[in-house]
Amino acid sequence: MLDSAELSLDTAKTRGATYADARVVDIRQRDLSTKNGEVGTCAEAESLGIGVRVIAGGAWGFASTDRLTREGVQACAAQAVAIARASALAKVRDVALAPEPQHVDSWRSPCLKDPFRVPPQQQLDLLLSADREMRAVKGVTLAEGSMAFRRTEQFFASTDGSRIHQVKVQSGAGICATSFQGNEIQKRSYPNSFGGQHTLEGYEMVEELDLAAHARRAGEEAVALHSAAQCPEGQRTLILMGDQLGLQIHESIGHPIELDRVLGMEANFAGMSFLAPGDLKKLRYGSEIVNVVADARLEHGTAVGTFGYDDEGVAAQCIPIITGGVFTGLLSSRDTASAIGERRSNGTMRAESWNRLPIIRMTNVSLLPGAWRLEDLLADTDDALLMETNRSWSIDDRRYHFQFTTEIGWEIKGGKRGRMIKNPSYSGITTEFWNSCDAICGGEEWKLWGTPNCGKGQPMQTMPTGHGAAPARFRNVRVGVAFHKE
Amino acid sequence: MRRAAKRGAGKHARHVPGAGVAAEHVLSQQDCRRLAERIFELSDADETEVQIDSNADALTRFANNTIHQNVAEQTLSISVRTVFDGRTARATTNKTDEDSLWRVLAASAELARQQPKNPNLLPMPGPQKYPRVARYFESTAAATPDDRARVVARAVKLAAKNGQTAAGLFSTGSMQNVIANSRGLFAAYRQTRAEFSITAMQEDSSGWAKANAPDLRSLDPVTLAASASRKAAASRAPRELPPGRYTVILEPAATLDLVGFLFYDFSATAVADRRSCLNGRVGRKIFGENISLWDDAAHPGQLGAPYDGEGMARQKVRLVERGVARNLVYSRATAEKLKAKATGHGMPLPNEWGEAPMNLVLEGGNASVEEMVSATERGILVTRVWYIREVDPYEKVLTGMTRDGTFLIEDGRVVCGIRNFRFNQGMLELLSNVEALGPAVRTAGEEAFEMVVPAMKVRDFHFTDVTKF
Repeated sequence: MLDSAELSLDTAKTRGATYADARVVDIRQRDLSTKNGEVGTCAEAESLGIGVRVIAGGAWGFASTDRLTREGVQACAAQAVAIARASALAKVRDVALAPEPQHVDSWRSPCLKDPFRVPPQQQLDLLLSADREMRAVKGVTLAEGSMAFRRTEQFFASTDGSRIHQVKVQSGAGICATSFQGNEIQKRSYPNSFGGQHTLEGYEMVEELDLAAHARRAGEEAVALHSAAQCPEGQRTLILMGDQLGLQIHESIGHPIELDRVLGMEANFAGMSFLAPGDLKKLRYGSEIVNVVADARLEHGTAVGTFGYDDEGVAAQCIPIITGGVFTGLLSSRDTASAIGERRSNGTMRAESWNRLPIIRMTNVSLLPGAWRLEDLLADTDDALLMETNRSWSIDDRRYHFQFTTEIGWEIKGGKRGRMIKNPSYSGITTEFWNSCDAICGGEEWKLWGTPNCGKGQPMQTMPTGHGAAPARFRNVRVGVAFHKE
Repeated sequence: MRRAAKRGAGKHARHVPGAGVAAEHVLSQQDCRRLAERIFELSDADETEVQIDSNADALTRFANNTIHQNVAEQTLSISVRTVFDGRTARATTNKTDEDSLWRVLAASAELARQQPKNPNLLPMPGPQKYPRVARYFESTAAATPDDRARVVARAVKLAAKNGQTAAGLFSTGSMQNVIANSRGLFAAYRQTRAEFSITAMQEDSSGWAKANAPDLRSLDPVTLAASASRKAAASRAPRELPPGRYTVILEPAATLDLVGFLFYDFSATAVADRRSCLNGRVGRKIFGENISLWDDAAHPGQLGAPYDGEGMARQKVRLVERGVARNLVYSRATAEKLKAKATGHGMPLPNEWGEAPMNLVLEGGNASVEEMVSATERGILVTRVWYIREVDPYEKVLTGMTRDGTFLIEDGRVVCGIRNFRFNQGMLELLSNVEALGPAVRTAGEEAFEMVVPAMKVRDFHFTDVTKF
């Protein structure tokens, strides 16, 4: 790996690059799924290749190949330089990079039980046992389960002198029970929807989830939703559970603070942001109790946005994003940090694989815990709706107006959990919503959730992001409009 | 695994070209055949299937009137499915050396052997016949970074001349796919592809245009840039309208990204799993009389291989006829299970999804967008929609936003830009409320894969909220 990276840098420099970095990446994946008592997906994949990024003629170029022969690597680096020179045909100004200290290091994510050493049969047996529990509930029409494991070994080298070796192991698993009845399809997932929970850990995380023990309840709730009350329409107090709040953070805080969006670099596809660099330390993003960080360090937890160094060789950092409700930070790269006069990138560049250009991605964007216990929060709430587990999400291309639906909801009346609510939905404007937050739980209620499927960039890159969240309360939120019939 | 058969693999090592055009990096059909045959030699499985994808793609992105990302990739995927005593699994590598081929076979075998026997697993299909499609163009495969940069420079210049900022992409690429199995099936397909997309922006407005095609020469980036620029200029100082039910004229990209969400509902597996909006509705009238929908991989406006994930020929299937849900699509396994005829729409095995129509053609009409506008007393013209998600899977209610060119129509003309709306709209209702259809054209959006769809005029479209821009 090291030889290929060094060779590509030498070639790029010889061809006239003023800066170059290379990532040699070796990825192994295992994907398993079951459906209604049968094995669905049963697949493994490996992929090894190199991505070379250069600045030549004051512009960026990137090329990648899986041909790791001497000739293949040299051709790839030469192609990157040729592409950079073509970029210079339509440039406004030269690319400038914020400085970063040279790093020579090796980093490895904690992994107690290598998921690739656990026999697939054992993993499928676990999924099939959860499947049986879900289908044991009368009315469950579809039982699904999945596991996904990914091991990434990467060697990064740059003409700045950094040489960084990293190994990351990511594990994920989840189940979902669906019930079709009359004119309704209802579902319940555990521990989260859209593939469950994903963390930067080994198979020990999957075992701790205890999928089979939670499967029957998922099935029972999916069926019970058919006879639940419809989510009302109006302005209501809303309590979001941590699994849903994690996605709320992702969409309405994590994406708007990406500096490439702020600077218009994603305008054609993912969109821009309602934020501007001039809003830093001025805009009241949320209420005074809202404190958000983007923290890629291991100290924050073994979440899927944790690493030692980002994919342009910048060390993992903790960035204050919202401090006491005030907007205080953006996610940057070396070139975007330089563009707004920052002295250093805050280290958020990641690439899906060796054949993708690193772009700004959320690390672990987390709402810091408050002091409430959920039990006390409910007792303190006279009349509210509690919503849990995402079902759909949508937000405009500047991240202002959002709408979410969840799998299940509950009425809170007189401080107690009341009737089950089906088809829960809520919507709002990002800053109005976060300014309406008046209580955040902490302690054991706070958890790091993994969103495995964040799409961004062209060509599209899918990246896992982490989000620490606990149940929180919001006042005067619009609910129920998604199912409005008139 | 017959490891003894290892010698002599070096002859399959890939040709190593210089840093020239992308097309040089794509394996030939003959190279793929030799690789597949070598894997069959190494395999001791009851049956073996090999899928090979060799791609060379390049993409030039621009924003703020400058190229900011410019990338190229050459990738190879060798995916092997083995069958042992009614058990099957898949393993994939991007390496062609003998050890890697042996290892990918071993990984597939190990996964296959560790799962329960599947009594419904069918034998692999034998040789098939496919319709001829010509979707490979040398000039597109040979496009260079300089070619793309020069086009981008012209588009940016046009926007800048109009006082606008442009962002977008220009991509070109080529690919070779092969599916072969140990029962003698051999399917091969190659294609090129070019795409141009642009967003032109002013202080409080934006306009967008996009197109893609197998032949670069059929794209007209400057015309697309001019269209985006006109929309940005025409939507300045947008008015805010109250949410509610409006007549809308959906340009083809907006139609595509909404109708595209229906594709998996026509999977027989989705209906069998009772997660489709067609549960209990096949054979019934679900849309208006003017709605007819096909899946047709050989249509001249389509891209993609004329065979499915098992190498079966994709058949033309009438999904909806004059508003009636007529047919679903079936993989071999689903067809066997449901006593139906396979249609050649299966996904690579093993999978839990079954099949899906991937080449939708929504029949159009004769009305141009201009004629639809002229015939509209009050309505909304929608350029594109964005961030669409399913709210209610059975009524097929979708939510999303309008974006990059949303206009108020009054008394038969476009009068001004408006702030973008959120919609929560049932697709069964939408396709029952279509008042006019334009000609069906190959269309590119951002939410659905490309299809052949028309512009549509739809009454009572449900906007539920408005955003701040």
